[in-house]
Amino acid sequence: MFITIFGGKMELVFKRPESLIDVPFHFCPGCHHGIAHRLVAEAIDYFKIREKTIGVASVGCSVFMYDYFDIDVLEAPHGRASAVASGVKRALKDRIVFTYQGDGDLGAIGIAEGIHTANRGEPITLIFANNGIYGMTGGQMAPTTLLGQKTTTSPYGRDFTYDGYPIRMAEMMATLEGSAFVARVAVNNPTNLMKAKKAVRKAFQMQIEGIGFSFVEFLLACPTNWGLSPLEANRRVEEEMIPYFPLGIFKERKMADYL
Amino acid sequence: MDQSAEKILAKGNEAIAMAAIDSNCLLYFGYPITPQNDIPEYLSKHLPPLGGEFIQAESEIASINLLLGASATGKRAMTSSSSPGISLMQEGISYMAGSELPAVIVNISRSGPGLGGISPSQGDYFQATRGGGHGDYRVIVLAPSTVQEMYELTCLAFDLADKYRNPAMILGDALLGQMKEPLIRKKPPALPLPPKDWALTGAKGRKPNRIKSLYLQEGELTEHNWKLYQKYERMKKEEIRFECVGCEEADLVMVAFGSMARVAKRVIELAREEGMRVGLFRPITLFPYPEKPLYELSRRVKRFLTVELNTGQMVEDVKLSVGREAEVYFFGKPPGALPTPEEVFEEVKKSMR
Repeated sequence: MFITIFGGKMELVFKRPESLIDVPFHFCPGCHHGIAHRLVAEAIDYFKIREKTIGVASVGCSVFMYDYFDIDVLEAPHGRASAVASGVKRALKDRIVFTYQGDGDLGAIGIAEGIHTANRGEPITLIFANNGIYGMTGGQMAPTTLLGQKTTTSPYGRDFTYDGYPIRMAEMMATLEGSAFVARVAVNNPTNLMKAKKAVRKAFQMQIEGIGFSFVEFLLACPTNWGLSPLEANRRVEEEMIPYFPLGIFKERKMADYL
Repeated sequence: MDQSAEKILAKGNEAIAMAAIDSNCLLYFGYPITPQNDIPEYLSKHLPPLGGEFIQAESEIASINLLLGASATGKRAMTSSSSPGISLMQEGISYMAGSELPAVIVNISRSGPGLGGISPSQGDYFQATRGGGHGDYRVIVLAPSTVQEMYELTCLAFDLADKYRNPAMILGDALLGQMKEPLIRKKPPALPLPPKDWALTGAKGRKPNRIKSLYLQEGELTEHNWKLYQKYERMKKEEIRFECVGCEEADLVMVAFGSMARVAKRVIELAREEGMRVGLFRPITLFPYPEKPLYELSRRVKRFLTVELNTGQMVEDVKLSVGREAEVYFFGKPPGALPTPEEVFEEVKKSMR
């Protein structure tokens, strides 16, 4: 695609994905949700599935998905997005269905629904936003909050003797026979971002090809509730989150694995 | 799908499952709980050959949310459970009412509170008729009292849910679910229904549809709640259903629903044998409650005896409905065993004194 600027023809190399509505995100400065949203929208554009995709919003900062994605969106009760998405998919098997769930939504209140959706091998895509904190409610401890991390409900730092350990969702999902694709990605630098883009695309491909349940965990920065600047928060993803939540593809099935 | 008028012998629970299939509901989600297991068992067998979907979910919470998702696509869907399971579903039912999603929820109620027991009970009346979950909403509640009605009211529940974009509930109990009676499996005529242009099917050739219950902009939620209120008011105008037995000449009218209405019908005969004129007013819609017909009746009949299988729930609606001069008596029994017609008749005699 070419565009004309100042009378000269230039190749258009970067634009807003068609599946994203042209409105500013409400997310805080430095928050990574917007980037993850964009990657999902890019995958939807890539496969040209905007008109057959149904998104399921969860409760948390990501609830306003319907304000940003130019697709049909259903809002699920807190934690129940993957059950809701399974219901949509069973009713309309030829549509593409994905959820976008935070760490409280999937890792705490909705862990049963998430695991059983994966275990049933529902051919949906679950995008899991892990920023280690409850963003929307004002910075409380999440199931993924790191040990020692201070939040408004772990003011002395998360202590495993009181609060248990941060849950590694991707690893857990990968153990289930029903999951087909499981990856953990980050968007804190261009290299990781490009890998994330690829993983999201792969996750949707798994669904389109009917291979099974796909899961992409994003490590996202929440500068506001971490009490850090956007740059410091970005560094924290690299220095504190990735060492505990390693990036990579934990599982990748092929159609042949099911035969 | 057998649409012939052949008479068969069926359990109440099976009648509900048959009605779902005959109402073109091919999506069912549920979790096992006594005394309603015949419903998932029947549908797990009969839905797949019809191209339908059956999921035995990991919990009633998952069941109701699978239902929420399926119903958002505009297709008919159903779940069933019994009291403790229905309690778990209340969050989802509230979301469905808030998101204006139609679906049928069957409560073959058992006794509580807590784990309670598996005997019949009408202890879920308040929960069913007052919304049940958080927020200011109502669910359409139909109370069958025969196997035939288990079938017919389930068919009606699908139509009413679609007509109003609202969850509809069948409130039965262990007795109605487990007993066998003759059933004529013939679907009643369908109601005229609005198109489901709100359904999520993928935004092909149209603007995206959104289904949600979150309203944060100033005034939006107020407006949404008024809209729901108007819907409930319309139900009260258009959907009241009840049965009157011998009310015309009665000196006393019993008010009872579901399985207790069956006991009450026998009481009418016992009373007649002793020359007493006793009638029965049986609400079929528990929400909307037949307030006006009951009020009209109370202009002539001055004595009412509410008979329930609990310690007094529907009696509040009876008191709210009848005129000031009418006296409302109550006879209730906690769950365990149903009262005998003779026991109820004794109460009738006391109330007549």
